[in-house]
Amino acid sequence: MNIRSGLVALAVLATPALAQETPKQGGILTYMIPADAPPSFDGHREGTYATVHSAAPFYSTLIRINPENPSSTTDFVCDLCTEIQAAEDGTTYTFKIRDGVKFHDGSLLTAADVAASWNKIIHPPEGTTSARESFYIMVDTVEAPDPKTVVFRLKFATGAFLPALADPYAWIYKKEILDKDPRWYEKNIMGSGPFKFAEYEVGQSIKGVKNLDYYHPGLPRLDGFTGIYADKQAVRVEAIRADRAAMEFRGLPPAARDQLVKDLGDKVTVQESDWNCGNLVTPNHKKKPFDDVRVRRALLLAIDQWHGAPALAKIANVHTVGGIVFPGSPLAATKEELQQTAGFWPDIEKSRAEARRLLKEAGAEGLNFELLNRNVDQPYKYVGTWLIDEWSKIGLHATQRVVPTGPWFEAMRSGNFDVVLEASCESVVNPLLDVQKVLPRSVFTENYGNYDDQKEIDLYQAMLHETNVARQRALMREFEKLVVDTQAHEFPMLWWYRIIPHRSYVKGWKISPSHYLNQDLATVWLDK
Amino acid sequence: MTIAAPTSYTLPAIADDVPDSRRSMWRRAWIFCRRQPLGTIGMVIVIIMAIAGLSAEWIAPYSPTANDFSAMTEPPSWAHWLGTDQFGRDQLSRIIYGARTALIVGFSCAIIASLAGMVLGVGSAYFGGRLDLYLQGVLDVVMAFPLIIMALAVVAIFGTGVHNVIFAITIPLIPRCARVLRSSALAIREVPYIDAARACGFGHRRIILRHMVPNVVAPFLILLTAFVGQAILAEASLSYLGLGVQEPVPAWGLMLQGGAEEYASTAPWIAIFPGLAIALTVFGFSLFGDALRDALDPKLRDR
Amino acid sequence: MYRYIIRRLLLVIPTLLGAAALVFLLMRLIPGDICVVRLGSGGGTFDERAVQACHAQLGLDRPMFVQFVDFVWGFVRGDFGISMWSGKPVLTEIAARFPVSLEIAIMAVVVATIIAIPLGTLSALKQNSPIDFVIRVVSIAGLATPSFWLGILFILAILNISQSAFGAPWMPPIDYVPIWQDPLRNLSMVIFPALTVGYRTSAVTMRMTRSAMLEVLREDYIRTARAKGLVEHLVINRHALKNALLPVVTLIGIEAAFLIGGLVVTEQVFNLNGIGRLFVQSVQNQDYTMTQALVMLVVAAFVLTNTVVDLLYAWLDPRIRYG
Repeated sequence: MNIRSGLVALAVLATPALAQETPKQGGILTYMIPADAPPSFDGHREGTYATVHSAAPFYSTLIRINPENPSSTTDFVCDLCTEIQAAEDGTTYTFKIRDGVKFHDGSLLTAADVAASWNKIIHPPEGTTSARESFYIMVDTVEAPDPKTVVFRLKFATGAFLPALADPYAWIYKKEILDKDPRWYEKNIMGSGPFKFAEYEVGQSIKGVKNLDYYHPGLPRLDGFTGIYADKQAVRVEAIRADRAAMEFRGLPPAARDQLVKDLGDKVTVQESDWNCGNLVTPNHKKKPFDDVRVRRALLLAIDQWHGAPALAKIANVHTVGGIVFPGSPLAATKEELQQTAGFWPDIEKSRAEARRLLKEAGAEGLNFELLNRNVDQPYKYVGTWLIDEWSKIGLHATQRVVPTGPWFEAMRSGNFDVVLEASCESVVNPLLDVQKVLPRSVFTENYGNYDDQKEIDLYQAMLHETNVARQRALMREFEKLVVDTQAHEFPMLWWYRIIPHRSYVKGWKISPSHYLNQDLATVWLDK
Repeated sequence: MTIAAPTSYTLPAIADDVPDSRRSMWRRAWIFCRRQPLGTIGMVIVIIMAIAGLSAEWIAPYSPTANDFSAMTEPPSWAHWLGTDQFGRDQLSRIIYGARTALIVGFSCAIIASLAGMVLGVGSAYFGGRLDLYLQGVLDVVMAFPLIIMALAVVAIFGTGVHNVIFAITIPLIPRCARVLRSSALAIREVPYIDAARACGFGHRRIILRHMVPNVVAPFLILLTAFVGQAILAEASLSYLGLGVQEPVPAWGLMLQGGAEEYASTAPWIAIFPGLAIALTVFGFSLFGDALRDALDPKLRDR
Repeated sequence: MYRYIIRRLLLVIPTLLGAAALVFLLMRLIPGDICVVRLGSGGGTFDERAVQACHAQLGLDRPMFVQFVDFVWGFVRGDFGISMWSGKPVLTEIAARFPVSLEIAIMAVVVATIIAIPLGTLSALKQNSPIDFVIRVVSIAGLATPSFWLGILFILAILNISQSAFGAPWMPPIDYVPIWQDPLRNLSMVIFPALTVGYRTSAVTMRMTRSAMLEVLREDYIRTARAKGLVEHLVINRHALKNALLPVVTLIGIEAAFLIGGLVVTEQVFNLNGIGRLFVQSVQNQDYTMTQALVMLVVAAFVLTNTVVDLLYAWLDPRIRYG
């Protein structure tokens, strides 16, 4: 399986090819974490990057996206395992666990620990929560028949399993501790990763030191790291500018990148990538006139994403026009295929004329409505403002209602909106699971469109159970056409763009399409 | 802030021998201007802001919400006197319209809070006893309540909009006014002629309106002008935290949120001008309020 | 007199109860759900079952009345409960952030006092002179300037000045170390927010000092002292200042409580890990227990200060006692 050529992977500004340099050992990496503090340190339980950026360096996972090739959406490698064996019918996966892996407290890590951790994720015990439980509905059992083997038995074969297994939150905990107290890991850290926990100052910083017993030889290269919490973007940018920190791992907007480049020249390196995050416009199907598919299609047809993209890319962290699948994935639509879908026609005048016609037919000309948006600049407010503008071009009068995060969720969950600008961020690119977001609420509880569509559900189930890649792709095209074009249930907006400017002395870290991936910092080294 | 309790309200003594009643309002204003140059400056600033706010539609060169993605973060130029922000919106127009929002918020909060405070404060002082005690307790609770929670709660429950922000800011101001006016009124309450008036059989309403209220007019006016400034600052702080007026209403505090800091190094005009507008307006009100207090309080005048 | 004291102290209890009820109600009226925010704000998908489990864990599925009684009873015992966001005890979270806020508040008050009292006195002595005007303008500007804007300008100025002077931009440290560990680093971090907050406090204090001094200077005993031929600076220091300072000191005490408001925005601007920022976060996250605890602490502090001030005034001015 190849990486799509359309993916923008690495845009290195100054330094030559990294691969030729010899990594140096030592040094402490200081980086910013764009949050106030993580709600807890239990990766199984939380869904925020604050937890990942804080604690991923302390843990290992079973498999992961290749840290040498993190922009790939299909290159999975072993972390704790040594080999993967899939049965012929695809319903059984056997993993051999590496020898001699030690937890930070000195005890040996065995298959029992792996199985226990995975059972906690897939079948959370009473009193614990597993945020991504729904990813693993295809898993029947997880067992460790001997200390070196873990066996996953699936209910049905699906291409969604392996990417789901590479979830960056799926840290391996110690079975003994889990048996005693399954919630121990919320407040405590003890893993087998490249760094050992050193210190946590509440709301301020987290520190780790090198794990000398790390099982990947020669790693980690750093002596330690310090993660400093800073919710405000201005602070993070200034910290990089004044070298109080080397980088942050989420993504900065274009203006910040431009400023840092202007001020620091070749002391800063910028890595950029398409981001596995996007916005969705969701009309509330329970509110008239959005129950009428013609009105929804009109809303979709009015938007000119092809021309909006370059303009918005200058001020907001968005970039690529795409459908409901991440543009770098083999399952994504090509440009030609996309241009056949409503909302992505190359001729915007034709598109808007059709939109006006539909509005007239539905009797909804000059409609007044409210776009519910989240009170975050990047990119919500920019995209929202742009959308209002686009809709005004077909005579619609839309206003924005901007609310803080809590009330934004509440309004969506209670159906208290006309049209909402949502967002969706996934970690590992796993389109078969990622598109669950557009399934009706009867199947996916966090869908806020208030609609039902049996045809859509059937199509999705067929796709999930399909193992032949070519047929999968064909089904995905059908699915996309149904959701976006025919029924206009939800409209995918521009995919986000991850921009990481960092101090040039940081080497060995490669950008991936997700800010949850590749965060264990084992390969990072400092050239100073 | 404590105000010296005035013992009586007299017009400023002046050099001329013209009796009070023959003095016209313009003359009195002119005397005020001469004696209080700072206060005059303050008044002028306030009047300019008021004119800007009232006539925004006519004097603003652009619409405050018109995005122009081709003219983003432009420095001040002939086309855009104060530059543009990150959406390409003209800063000058947004500041002019923002004056309207600021003054609406400022005046509404100040007037409502002062009037409510006067009613509660004077009433509490006059009736005394248990009413006074309970009222003070309730006012204490409200006064001790952090503004931020009140604001977020009001805005989140009732929705965004200027009226809800006004509601959120007014509530903490009321007890502050009530407290000050109560202590002024208390001083009056103990003076014998109040008791004498009661003995004569005059009703509560007459005594309060005729005797107590006129004596708290001076601190009332001073508090009023002070509150306008405080309300404008409070709105700015709330908007900065994301809890105040929301897009697309143009408001100075909102202009300082988010984008202003993001672009502070590359486009400082986005952060400088709205802050300057806030500071200047509150400055004007404060100067005026100070001068008013000096004019009204005989003890602070030089001889 | 004693009856007044008792009555005044008894008033504290219903005040605190009223505040507790108010914050409890307000927080729960706000639409939103901490579990949803916690699981979903990163943008990733989450399960409804996870939300329900989270509710059960945090005790949010119990009836309102039970939750309220739990909260009040806990407060009475000094048990503020567990933060709903982080799962740590509320007091631990507050204690971790308290030193920063305290240090800034103290420094702001110190700065304010050092600057404000002499300047206010000077302004009163030279009333209506050019010095008086300048000082009055500066102090009113301090009241008028939004403190967060001042903070932003401060940071900008520091960065740009250091860039042009040293070629590389210098920024105050972003992680806090206690003052006894590394005084220079600590001070270089705290001085700027202290100045930002302190400017406002010093403005208020300056004006208060000025007006109190003006009043005192008109008193007869000052005239007598001058008539007796006492040197002017002794007149000021021995007689006038002491009497003028009582309302000023009271004001500083009250202003210190109001500093919390200034701290909230200033800590946002300078990214300080203090109580003010904790406040904003807990409100935005809808962390009921944390917000309730913080509000109750602030209210309790304020009510206590107020009560002490009231008692002080009643002792000084008998008229108020019998109101």
